[in-house]
Amino acid sequence: MRLVTIRRITQGFFLVLMIGSCLVNRVGDRWYELRGWPVSWLLELDPLVGLATVLTTGSLYKGLLWGTLTLALTALLGRFFCGWLCPLGTLQQMVGAWTDKGRRPKARAYGRQSHPGQKIKYLLLTALLTMAGVELVCPLVDLSGQGGWIPPVAVILAGIVLIRTGQKTPWKRSTGWAMAVAGSLCLMLGNLLPGNRLLAAGLQTGILDPIPLVYRSVSLVVLPLISPDGTFVVVTGGLLTGGVFVLVLALSAWRPRFYCRYVCPLGALLGLTVRWSVWRMGRQDKNGDACTGCGRCDHHCEGACDPANEIQWAECVLCYNCRDDCPERIMGYSTRPSTTGENPGPDLSRRAVLTAGATGAILLPLARLGDPLGVGWRPDLVRPPGSLTEEAFLNRCIKCGLCMRVCPTNVIQPTVLEAGIEGLWTPRLDFRLGSSGCQHNCIACGSVCPTAAIRPLALEERMGTASFADKGPVRIGTAFMDRGRCLPWAMGIPCIVCQENCPVSPKAITTRTIMETVAGLDRLIVQQVSSRAVHLNLPFTRSPLAGGDYFLAGPAGPQNALRITGLQAGWIQVAGDPAGAGFRQQTPAAVVVRLQQPYVDPLHCIGCGVCQHECPVRGRAAIRVTSENETRSRAHALLAGTGLPHSKD
Amino acid sequence: MTDLNRREFIHRSVKAGLVSAGALGAGWWLHDTRPPALEPLPQSLPGIPDFSGALVEGPAMAIAKGTDRMDMADRALEALGGIRRFVSPGHRVVIKVNAAFASPPAICATSHPDLVTAVVTACRAAGASDVVVTDNPINDPASCFRLTGIGPAAEAAGGRVVLPTADQFSRVTLSGARLIRDWPVLIGPLADADCLIGLAPLKDHHRSGASMTIKNWYGLLGGRRNVFHQDIHTIITELAALVRPTLVILDAVTAMIHNGPTGGSISDLTRTNTLVAGVDQLAVDAMGAELLGRDLSQLPHLRQSADAGLGVLDYHTLNPVAVP
Repeated sequence: MRLVTIRRITQGFFLVLMIGSCLVNRVGDRWYELRGWPVSWLLELDPLVGLATVLTTGSLYKGLLWGTLTLALTALLGRFFCGWLCPLGTLQQMVGAWTDKGRRPKARAYGRQSHPGQKIKYLLLTALLTMAGVELVCPLVDLSGQGGWIPPVAVILAGIVLIRTGQKTPWKRSTGWAMAVAGSLCLMLGNLLPGNRLLAAGLQTGILDPIPLVYRSVSLVVLPLISPDGTFVVVTGGLLTGGVFVLVLALSAWRPRFYCRYVCPLGALLGLTVRWSVWRMGRQDKNGDACTGCGRCDHHCEGACDPANEIQWAECVLCYNCRDDCPERIMGYSTRPSTTGENPGPDLSRRAVLTAGATGAILLPLARLGDPLGVGWRPDLVRPPGSLTEEAFLNRCIKCGLCMRVCPTNVIQPTVLEAGIEGLWTPRLDFRLGSSGCQHNCIACGSVCPTAAIRPLALEERMGTASFADKGPVRIGTAFMDRGRCLPWAMGIPCIVCQENCPVSPKAITTRTIMETVAGLDRLIVQQVSSRAVHLNLPFTRSPLAGGDYFLAGPAGPQNALRITGLQAGWIQVAGDPAGAGFRQQTPAAVVVRLQQPYVDPLHCIGCGVCQHECPVRGRAAIRVTSENETRSRAHALLAGTGLPHSKD
Repeated sequence: MTDLNRREFIHRSVKAGLVSAGALGAGWWLHDTRPPALEPLPQSLPGIPDFSGALVEGPAMAIAKGTDRMDMADRALEALGGIRRFVSPGHRVVIKVNAAFASPPAICATSHPDLVTAVVTACRAAGASDVVVTDNPINDPASCFRLTGIGPAAEAAGGRVVLPTADQFSRVTLSGARLIRDWPVLIGPLADADCLIGLAPLKDHHRSGASMTIKNWYGLLGGRRNVFHQDIHTIITELAALVRPTLVILDAVTAMIHNGPTGGSISDLTRTNTLVAGVDQLAVDAMGAELLGRDLSQLPHLRQSADAGLGVLDYHTLNPVAVP
């Protein structure tokens, strides 16, 4: 079998695996919803996820260890991940191959030749990794400690010495300059910025990382559109999420694997890794004279790596098309370097890399000027149960969309701008859109999160039972009554759907009963009284007076009103004896309604939002959850003396 | 394969192997299977230093009558045995004023600058090496210290104003407390002080009944301290336990009898022509309650503090020295 055929089969397998991982990522008992699949395995194989979270958190979480295997093998073999595994690469390759069919060989070869723009992806990677790792220099510029100024000053002095002594060796001079500048920067930052606010780190690789991108696109756009459940799945921001996906694929119709070549930060990371790889592609004709110069090796080149000339090894994705296309059979994969020479790595100028790094380092501080993680927090941003504090959460969330896909009620939605630009595509709960609130006996989202941005919870921990009883349930927010919109509060209409649906026990929504006069029915005059009915000047009303909630109040006051049981031709039938209750001819009477007005008890509310979802005031519900009192943040505590660790004594 | 190629190959293989092994090794080293804790357990201090101890014997309380705060303060301090009873040469003194609002001294919502002048001057005269005047006000700190006249007065008398910047706060968990647990407290100026003096005006307070010397310590709290208004008497009682001052002075020359604690109008004030200084803040506040016309049932925190053994409620038993 030809190698390209094996490659195609492998690519197909991983494409199906990715789609399957997204498809089965549901809570249910249909055959394709089987639980326990390693749905995040492909994400874990992605070393960029691992590397970036190591930079932001200092540890490599659980399955992300797989990524090191990818890196290790890439260092030996080349970018097999891009050419053989990556589902986004496969999809682009399919689009590229299909649109290339109609092109002349010359045009085809033109679109597959290397281009200086392919360096852009390395700069993007630099910017993203600087963003993730910039806080690691904090200890260096932290001058608050005793003698904290000594290291930077020592670095500056060492740099000056190097500049002086290395007059004739350029690398010594430039290293000296770099040390002097870096040391001065540290001194300046450390002195100017108490708390080092400018050194804000955050994980933004997920925006461009191809594996999260493809998971997100399939989970949030492709699958909901074709809706394999046969149900209508609502997802916010579809145009943005899907638009990026369509754009990525469309661009590869113009230049095959456009995204891989120019944008992909994972490809860049792997491209940097292959520099010294043991095996590599290249011309294997011993004397370098077997090539006829037909140029066919360029015709299907996926990486745009110039296999016929000096091969750009960092760009090669091991597609083997050149080997397959070469009529002389001189292209091959071997431990020997190409006879026409090879360029092992991207030719990046130091200036470009520094600029990219500096750009990355300044973007997050700009986004955080408004202090969205501190006093500028957004109360509408309700995160899934088990989410870490907002800062730790943003340091781990890779925007893959697994939690949104698995959520059985679909209440987890991708953010567009609700969590700030920094939080784009991160999960938030939208109680208006889900099929219900956040089910308080569900722990699906945390169990699929590959980076523990949503911490995996035990059911007992979520519910606050068993050994977690003293901690209480996990709260994601608190419901607030909007008395101006609530039917019993604002409009005298009985309701309390929220109280009924409150799932916690004891209920977090209590009610107080009042008897309220019905507007327009408050100045009635009794005309006749019979044993079970009263006749009075009742105007037309749409209120369901005989429904059981309405009472007729007479001289004995609303507390002794008689329940209305029926209406018949101007007669109001009541339960009880009207004459005994003081109704006489010409006495005033009024219709009163028995209302249960709901109150939220913040001690018991967990913020699940079932009340908000069920509220019959649908546009903007009369009871709404905001993230006040959420367990994950002590700064958002609402009640004095709660949400804090218990006193030890 | 030529020799050169072989050498090249080995060279490359070693490097590739190093990258490969490095990736695996680093991954293994950094690997962590445990999910992160929801929030790291905070490190809290057990409290703030006790400034009440090791006092030279002497009168516990002095009540001065009059209208000139400077004169009254001097006479009250003299009656207590002189400022040197509290401040020794070289001492670092912290004066916690009430600078809560950016309002002028005439409104009497904040410590009067005359009183600040008198106390800072006295401390300096006693040989204090450093006199810090501080508070964590409700309005903008810099504006508060300027507009109340406290800042200029303190600096003119040789004091030093410390504004409540973030680095001045540390988290405190008070043993046995329900509310002051892992809470930021303005502890920076107190950490290496020898002496703590509280200066509070006598004011009506709609939520707690009265704002006097113990309630004045609320201004040492940081964070979203307003959640404690849900349980105001408990927090005041806990403040009485948290802060054990050297000396407190209650300024009741004019008392804010209603519309407290901000006031805002001269008509909210009444002349009570009294200044109370004492080492027992509860006793001083009990006297203040009397001046304000509140009885103990309206101020549960006083009874709670007494029950917790934090002072004497019946101030007459301390035989206060009357300074006419």
